[in-house]
Amino acid sequence: MGPNEVAAALKKAFPSDVMEIKEFQAQVGITIKKDRVKEILRYLHDSPGMEFQYLSDLCGVDYLGKREPRFEVVYHLYSMKNKTAIRIKALVPESELAIDSVVDVWSGANWRERECFDMFGITFNNHPDLRRLLMPDDWDGFPLCKDYPLQSDLKEREWKGYKETIETAERNKVHGVRS
Amino acid sequence: MMLEKELKTKYLSVSMGPQHPATHGVLRLMLDLDGETVVKCTPHIGYLHRGMEKMGENMTYPMAMALVNRLDYVAGVSNEIGFCLAAEKLLNIEVPERAQYIRTMTAEMARICSHIIWLATHAIDIGAMTVFLYSMRDREALLDLFDMLCGARLLHIYPRIGGVRCDVSKEFLEGLWNFTERFPKLIEEYETLIDQNRIWLQRTKGIGVISPEQAINMGLTGPTLRGSGISYDIRKVAPYDAYDKVEFDVPLGKNCDTYDRYRCRMEEFRQSNRIIRQCIEKLPEGPILAADAPGLDMSPGPLKKPAPASAEGVPVVSSPSATPAFDEIYVATEVPKGELGYYLVGDGTGKPYRMRIRTPSFVHIAALQKLCEGVLVADVIALIGTIDIVLGECDR
Repeated sequence: MGPNEVAAALKKAFPSDVMEIKEFQAQVGITIKKDRVKEILRYLHDSPGMEFQYLSDLCGVDYLGKREPRFEVVYHLYSMKNKTAIRIKALVPESELAIDSVVDVWSGANWRERECFDMFGITFNNHPDLRRLLMPDDWDGFPLCKDYPLQSDLKEREWKGYKETIETAERNKVHGVRS
Repeated sequence: MMLEKELKTKYLSVSMGPQHPATHGVLRLMLDLDGETVVKCTPHIGYLHRGMEKMGENMTYPMAMALVNRLDYVAGVSNEIGFCLAAEKLLNIEVPERAQYIRTMTAEMARICSHIIWLATHAIDIGAMTVFLYSMRDREALLDLFDMLCGARLLHIYPRIGGVRCDVSKEFLEGLWNFTERFPKLIEEYETLIDQNRIWLQRTKGIGVISPEQAINMGLTGPTLRGSGISYDIRKVAPYDAYDKVEFDVPLGKNCDTYDRYRCRMEEFRQSNRIIRQCIEKLPEGPILAADAPGLDMSPGPLKKPAPASAEGVPVVSSPSATPAFDEIYVATEVPKGELGYYLVGDGTGKPYRMRIRTPSFVHIAALQKLCEGVLVADVIALIGTIDIVLGECDR
């Protein structure tokens, strides 16, 4: 079953959820509504003939001011049986920043969903352990959003951990400890 | 009697890392111990988080090359090739055949380098010192060859979008050929040291068993997956560069344990050696860079696309649309540690709109949590070694 056939079968099985099918450089991307994302992905994982048992990647994309709804959660699936790769994109609006977790389907999704939460602030419903992953626990803001600056002087909004380090360095200077 | 009732069993929490020789970088594991047995393992990562994805989105495609080789710094050139392939597919650039062969050759050199580091550190963690000295000696020869090729030993920035930076010299090819003549003997040397070593066998056989279903579900890739007997190698299933023009086998494990993963990687040494020899033999003549490859001074502004010619031969200038069309591409390559995927979203400018890097180490460390449950503390060390991680790649 090639990617185009998978897309057609998915459109047939979930006619009201599949929004758009786009092909570029022989890679097929299917845009879906987020409400039944888990059901759709479970269908792709389980149904005979498809068997997308392998989750290559899961990530978020922020289309601030370029597209509506603003966020997308992108799943890259691979079927070892058919040697087919497919991309599923679930639309997540800014007003309702949550999507169902797929950890039950692929346990490998666990950390990647955490990372997506860490970087974009998208909540994953029913996730077993949704905490910050790469950033410190007390970090403020979501770095990969397009309205988050690449470089800036945060002054008093600076991260607590960094402020503490600077203060310690200042204190050590008084005692003549070389930094 | 009363006293015993009052006493309670409490798990001992031990923080392993972030500064620990066996964690291969800055990985911290919180281990809850019941005696010698691990009840719960919680990995903490992010100590090496440099915001590579964010930085990549603010750079032009050629500039990001100097960024991505800092992912897996023991096999820098593999990361660069993966990024080049993704950018080439997005910008629609055809790579000349000679460059494809050179890339394949260097990628396999990087694979040998990376596997040597893995073997050396894995062996030293488990307690075999000599292998470390022997294998690091041989890695030096390869690093010298890289130096000869492009003037850098670790962070090469050798491939370019559309080809490679400079051509290979005759001396380099001779040096590499001599190395491949020598290398099979050296692999045997490592094997005589540990293959039948009783301590090595006891510490690896039957340790860290990952069932095939579990491995797929967790998303493991590379030799870590193939040790569980699943034949999934991107070089075979979706060949890139010159991998469809060379012959090689994909070694598989049977017992899904640490020892089989060790055997897989040892066989990969031989296969890489084979690929390099074929590349040198078959290396075609021709250009090394595509004519339409973007220069290093690529503009971050909108890309010039060849406008469709009108009937009179005057190109039609299409008005820029208000909403840019986004092109997306996901390209996976087989790096020494597993599947390295780049997901690029292009908006028609010289910078990627979104650059996502899917790294094998990240997925493998996520799996560590499950693998460590119920094993002995000493085996945690073996497990970290066997999944072959680099923290630069994990934290990005």
